[in-house]
Amino acid sequence: MVVVFAELSNGSFKKAAFEAVSYASKVAASMGTQVCAVVLGEASDVTVLGNYGASKIVQVLDARLNHLEAKAYAKAISDIAAQENAQVVVFSNNITAKAVAPRVAARLKAGLVAGAISLPDTSNGFVVKKSVFAGKAFALVSVKSAIKVISITPNSFPVEKSDAQTSVASQSVDFAANDFSVKVESVNKVSGIVPLSEAELVVSGGRGLKGPENWGILEDLAKSVGATLACSRPVADSHWRPHHEHVGQTGGTIRPNLYLAVGISGAIQHLAGVNSSKTIVVINKDPEAPFFKAADYGVLGDAFEIVPKLTAAFNKFKAAQNA
Amino acid sequence: MKILVCITKAPDTTTKVTFTDNNSKFNESGVQWIINPYDEWYALVRALELKEAGTATAIHLITVGKADTEPVIRKALALGGDEAIRIDADSNDSFYIATQIAEHAKTKGYDMILTGKESIDYGNASIGAMVAELLDLPFISHVSKLDISGGNVSINREIEGGEETDSCACPLVISCQKGMAEARIPNMRGIMAARTKPLNVVAPVEVDELTSILSYDLPAQKTGVKMIDVENMDELVRLLHEEAKVI
Repeated sequence: MVVVFAELSNGSFKKAAFEAVSYASKVAASMGTQVCAVVLGEASDVTVLGNYGASKIVQVLDARLNHLEAKAYAKAISDIAAQENAQVVVFSNNITAKAVAPRVAARLKAGLVAGAISLPDTSNGFVVKKSVFAGKAFALVSVKSAIKVISITPNSFPVEKSDAQTSVASQSVDFAANDFSVKVESVNKVSGIVPLSEAELVVSGGRGLKGPENWGILEDLAKSVGATLACSRPVADSHWRPHHEHVGQTGGTIRPNLYLAVGISGAIQHLAGVNSSKTIVVINKDPEAPFFKAADYGVLGDAFEIVPKLTAAFNKFKAAQNA
Repeated sequence: MKILVCITKAPDTTTKVTFTDNNSKFNESGVQWIINPYDEWYALVRALELKEAGTATAIHLITVGKADTEPVIRKALALGGDEAIRIDADSNDSFYIATQIAEHAKTKGYDMILTGKESIDYGNASIGAMVAELLDLPFISHVSKLDISGGNVSINREIEGGEETDSCACPLVISCQKGMAEARIPNMRGIMAARTKPLNVVAPVEVDELTSILSYDLPAQKTGVKMIDVENMDELVRLLHEEAKVI
């Protein structure tokens, strides 16, 4: 069995969960086995996972699991994986998985590949490709344990429908009191914005924008095309923008379909975090900016002149599409 | 309160990554090694701040690495920290490394174990969580603010799509990221003091490596940038739609 953790966000699934289930289905097909999806907490509709290839869905209906508690999550997922004789356990490598997947791997004595970007090659052992050196290179990792834990990079695999017959089972887990020792005092969720790790379109600003008061034009640009905002390290360090928007080697590593960089020169550390993006557009007034060498499309000139023009062009394009 | 800070070495962020031996080994020639930034700027410096504030009484550093790791550990000792432990082994496997750290920590009575949120080389973001599991402790990841009072921690952490404020009793394991502390550089007094601080070399415990890296490759080079005129943003939008097919 391939067991996949399908994460809930406020009671429903996001794209990352469907990506993980779709990936698990492909792994299961290549191994001649089936997919069991694990859902932790209360959900509106879990059967939807069947549309992506889960033949079995096991839900642990415990309200304490509505919040991330790494210890309890790991116990629940490991218990179900053991009970289902899991050969592979799949996660989507987001913040939740980074807290939980290594615990599951340690419990199951399973080799862990975090940030996988390929399906396993089982022609000679079990080999998975992942990003290393913060996106500057890739490594082929051989997993030698009986059970394998694979945490896939978001936005790396397609969401694919399939027609599996699905059964849903509810399960209780024998939690110990100390499985829930982290007490949540308050939660501040940003709603309505696609998180950077999952964003397909990203608009990013650097020092070239001169100050936080100038971010309005980037917000307009992001809005015109439905993109999520990001920034370079100096921008986050100067507190022009919140830290969670920082992408690069010491910030987030992302791989959107479109990365549109405005006023970012393209230092090696920044490129490391974004060079897996499918298409890169660079707007910069410095013809020597190293980012142009890593870009697919470039516009040379003043960001304050170009960005509003590009926003207008996106809006015009959208209006034509909707017409 | 005793704190253990997990340290790993990493190539300087400006390193141009290349490989040798038929792409099976990271080319270390000319590489400048640094303390993994998340371990240094956030985990170690916050621990030092807690000691300076009188909350923490002892700070131990631990690394899993061969003798070539010692300059990095000495630099960490120069920033602060009372003593260091080097487990004399070299591995890229998270389970192997976490087991070494957990084996050391299990009898030492640490109130808190801090790690960076991930290393900038192999980037599995896994050591803290695995150590917590092996020691049966709570784990709070991606922490950007950490305060302690009366044996309890109060933290801000990043969660999917937002932020959370939590509290938890010690002992526990925490992974640290930006916001925790301000970066600092070692001063001469610290550098001199670090020379005589204990750095204990310990043999690793026997445990299987569950993964190994077979080979590496580099991302494909871009074929060349297509420059678009400032006055022709409609053309850029058309290319993104028709050629790149991303909008």
